Amino acid sequence: MKITKIEALENIANDIRIDVIEQVYSAQSGHPGGALSCADILAVLYFNQMNIDPKKPDSQERDRFVLSKGHCSTALYAVLARKGYFSRELLKDFRKIGSNMQGHPDMNKVPGVDMTTGSLGQGLSASVGMALASKMNSAGYRVYCLVGDGEIEEGQIWEAAMSASKNKLDNICLIVDHNHLQIDGNVENVAGLMDIKEKFESFGFYALTVDGNNIESLIHAFDTVKQKKGMPSVIIAETVKGKGVSFMENDASWHGKAPNEEQYKQAINELKLKYIE
Amino acid sequence: MNMEKKIATRQSYGEALAELGEKNENVVVLDADLSSATKTNIFAKKFPERFIDVGIAEQNLMGISAGLSTCNKIPYASTFAVFAAGRAYDQIRNSICYPNLNVKICATHAGVTVGEDGATHQMLEDLSLMRTLPNMTVISPSDDTQTKWVIEEISKFHGPVYVRLSRLSTPVIYDEKQKFEIGKAIQHGDGTDATIFATGVTVSEALIAQEELKKKSINVRVIDIHTIKPIDKELIIKCAKETKRLITVEDHSIIGGLGSAVCEVLSEEYPAKVERMGVKDTFGKSGKAEELLKYFKIDSNAIIEKFV
Repeated sequence: MKITKIEALENIANDIRIDVIEQVYSAQSGHPGGALSCADILAVLYFNQMNIDPKKPDSQERDRFVLSKGHCSTALYAVLARKGYFSRELLKDFRKIGSNMQGHPDMNKVPGVDMTTGSLGQGLSASVGMALASKMNSAGYRVYCLVGDGEIEEGQIWEAAMSASKNKLDNICLIVDHNHLQIDGNVENVAGLMDIKEKFESFGFYALTVDGNNIESLIHAFDTVKQKKGMPSVIIAETVKGKGVSFMENDASWHGKAPNEEQYKQAINELKLKYIE
Repeated sequence: MNMEKKIATRQSYGEALAELGEKNENVVVLDADLSSATKTNIFAKKFPERFIDVGIAEQNLMGISAGLSTCNKIPYASTFAVFAAGRAYDQIRNSICYPNLNVKICATHAGVTVGEDGATHQMLEDLSLMRTLPNMTVISPSDDTQTKWVIEEISKFHGPVYVRLSRLSTPVIYDEKQKFEIGKAIQHGDGTDATIFATGVTVSEALIAQEELKKKSINVRVIDIHTIKPIDKELIIKCAKETKRLITVEDHSIIGGLGSAVCEVLSEEYPAKVERMGVKDTFGKSGKAEELLKYFKIDSNAIIEKFV
């Protein structure tokens, strides 16, 4: 039976999730929880939204993507490999000595990585710089930046938000992976984030809240914010940390640990059952 | 050295930027609400479409600069040294130096010569912090001519640079014929009684001391180490071999700056005693710049006193 465009993207998100688990299991190190929560966002960006060509990873006209939550590198590597930037074989060496697949993304080592990240809170500023350059050169490319909800506790995010708004950067689309959990627990209990949408609106953003694990909702949101002129946009993606692997879902302890053999097998089996044929 | 004509290197920086803007359209300038003090306002007036004031947000200043550089712009990011190297250290480390991005950080108001603002604004650790970062080039120019050369020169190669500039007006040391090269220190005189290694504002102080000491038949050479990293190892070793005493003098902590850099070279290549003049593991304080140079014993008189 022929599958729909949406179902094809859901399958790609599932590919990403499987490769997240493969990488973290192989390295016995990494951050599965937040990588699984953002898999649908990456599938939509790389296979539906962004103007990119894996054969020309350095083209000046390309749309940019900054994974500000750099610890979710496994999801980025997985989508880049799936898109054809490099061989999927390379994922096996994630976090291993001698490999280019560093723990956090390195733009000088991995084709398709637009910005080196890892120290939280810095990616939105870099995105503002890229978006300013796009405006200065009338290049027309867009800049997508993915942050974690815990990450926006960093003050620099709000410095950058102010700049994006002041410079009317309607070519910036920020995505908050709102999975509600950070290492020490719920984002409300740890730091008191309160209403994220209201915060960004008060900083001059056009803000939308969507189901961030729903492909159709994400496409609609990205299409909508593209039309918004004169101000930056933020999509607050309501997601589930650990999405797709039953025992990892909504459990902060899976933020940064690797599954054992039994858990690995169960995770892969669960994910394989999710493919739509 | 022209004692009559004194110019602060921050002023030279502002003028050089405005000139560079004409020659290279990829140059963009960023500031964090200090453009009238860092003198980037000279560029801003001439090229408003290539000037970005991010407000009082130095971490963001470095991050935006990093992003611009990935799109082939050549950002010159300016604020006071204490807010650049100090407040935004992690952004410089992770968003600029680790990815080896082409960002030129030009930090003014370094050292105790900031003057009246006092300790919170007197950056004494920036050479230390910046030179420890891989990929970073660190330059501390001593006068107007050298600063103007540096500002254009660093636009010609790819990679992060930290330029340390000063608020205090200091003598013009070099005429326009002087040749400079990054990584090559400049020797003044060939006295063998001692070598005075200086950088930034202390170079003119060392040159004044050199003249005074000559009257007492003490012949010293002065080495202007404008490039702190990569440092001119060859000349340092040569001086250690040729002169009886080695002294470093800097408007910076004696920990981690010029003195430490010279000692690192000599301890591995040609072990010798080095006397480090600088701020001795304390914070600065309020006062006039000249009074502070005297108080912290890094002026020409303090250098002369080493010999009498």
